[in-house]
Amino acid sequence: MPGQAAATAPVLELEGVGVRLGGRRVLDGVGFTIGPGEFTGLIGANGAGKTTVLRIVMGLQAPDRGRVLVDGRPLARRKRSVGYVPQQVVVDPDAPLRARDLVALGLDGERLGPRLPSRRNRDRVEQMLDAVDAGHFADARVGTLSGGEQQRVLIAHALISRPRLLLMDEPLANLDIRSGQEIVDLLARIRTEQGVAVLMSAHDMNPLLPVLDRIVYVAGGRVAVGRTDEVVRTEVLSRLYGHRVSVLRVDGRVLVVSGQASLPGPAVANAGAVRTLETGTEAGTVERL
Amino acid sequence: MGTVVHTVFAPGFFSSDPVRLAVVTGLMVALVSGALGVFTVLRGQSFAGHALSDLGTLGGSSAALAGVGPLWGFVGVGVVVAGVMELFGTRQRRSRDVATGLVLSAALGLSALFLYIGTTMDSTTGVTVTILFGSLFTVSGGTVPLLVLLGAATLAVLTVLYRPLLLGSVSAELAAARGIPVRLLGLAFLVLLALATALSSMSVGTILSPALLVGPAATALRLTRRPVAAMALAGAVGTAATWIGIVLAYDSYRWPPTGRGWPVSFFVVTLVFALYLLTDAAARISTARSRRRDQDPQYPTAAPAPAGVN
Repeated sequence: MPGQAAATAPVLELEGVGVRLGGRRVLDGVGFTIGPGEFTGLIGANGAGKTTVLRIVMGLQAPDRGRVLVDGRPLARRKRSVGYVPQQVVVDPDAPLRARDLVALGLDGERLGPRLPSRRNRDRVEQMLDAVDAGHFADARVGTLSGGEQQRVLIAHALISRPRLLLMDEPLANLDIRSGQEIVDLLARIRTEQGVAVLMSAHDMNPLLPVLDRIVYVAGGRVAVGRTDEVVRTEVLSRLYGHRVSVLRVDGRVLVVSGQASLPGPAVANAGAVRTLETGTEAGTVERL
Repeated sequence: MGTVVHTVFAPGFFSSDPVRLAVVTGLMVALVSGALGVFTVLRGQSFAGHALSDLGTLGGSSAALAGVGPLWGFVGVGVVVAGVMELFGTRQRRSRDVATGLVLSAALGLSALFLYIGTTMDSTTGVTVTILFGSLFTVSGGTVPLLVLLGAATLAVLTVLYRPLLLGSVSAELAAARGIPVRLLGLAFLVLLALATALSSMSVGTILSPALLVGPAATALRLTRRPVAAMALAGAVGTAATWIGIVLAYDSYRWPPTGRGWPVSFFVVTLVFALYLLTDAAARISTARSRRRDQDPQYPTAAPAPAGVN
């Protein structure tokens, strides 16, 4: 058993990470840590560098500068302690692959040779399917699952090897609001049950606000890190973007708007429901979160 | 009893050497095609199967022109083409479709030239038909051990790579996240597919080889959701079609119009198609039946979920 120190030591540490891709500086001096069991949102507009951060943590992209430690060790040796959930997978609806087959591949998908049947593995797959409420479609073909069902199966696939960190790339992007909410609730519950920290990228932070412990806000290749109320503030984000942006809070939702903006009284009633709103102020455009 | 057996199996069937070779060849080809066919559907690469068979015609015809066995031509060209396809990517964007189609037609045009020269030069009129449509009864005794060896090797490699290939078929991203070398795996799969196409070209010819690759697999997918079971079933369906085809083709030497026999390939491909139609109809009937049950007010829990629920 790991000692007290290991239980509180960060599962992920990035220090001064910089990446250039095709001559363009994608990330510059990115540093943050994630503690055991923490739920962290990796928030930023499309193209801000969120995916590059995830690829670095997965070991698919080597940083030009800086250090990446998973469980206190360099990445290459700790591959198994990071689980990954892609946005979606595209499988032919006729393809002979059941949800439970995909979950089982989470245990040993990289191994060579035929798989020997094992009672223990079968039980483990069953447990994992139940943990993500996927028991009732465990025998359905993966290609016929809905977006929300597919996300559950992919989460089970990623968690079955008991990683300490779960990476999720825009899991809510292809889901309707209700399925998205179900996935967020599931993750909030399962990270305590499975003892796993979650790093989830999203361009809209609002569905995640109730469950996020911390936020890593990405803009222009740099990050601002902290609790949501520390980071999502006009001064902090303006410094990060390098120009004036405004953080508006409307009906419990957060909007980040470029330029100086405030919502006049009458607009408030409806503004909570819109993402890109044409404000009557001098701000003009609203950044899509 | 004896007459019944003789009605199905024409006299001399079991003692005929070409029949024995055809039975062995047909079995190996069906097993390899079945397994690779299922993976082709899983990976959404049936186009690659078609391209490989079109270009295989070029390989077979140039081998015939050079005086070596067609299997060498099929395998050689197939493996080279697999490498080229991996380089350019087989999951192509739409804009490249026209160019690809043009390259394949050009290859077939060249094959037509080679076949024409081959036929007119040494008057072996059979070569065109053999390469395009196959001829299980003319597989030479010397080729069979090589063919069996290639088939066994293909199945062995597929067994070793099974899990990474399966995961990579679902999502290259998922596989890469586990440290699986995705591109290398894709190349390995295309080489295996090239070998399977070469083998099925030996059985039913290049033109019909996609049918043997995809047909039994499609039938198996109607019957099972499990990957390994699907591969085994596809192999069984292919074997059944091939063996029954061999029996019928042997019988057909007593049939009209010429009394010189009907081609085995015709029977094999027709049987593959018939088996697919049969299972598809059965699957449709059973889905329709379960849907009727779902709509029955006596089964309220099975009613369709409201929109938005998963």
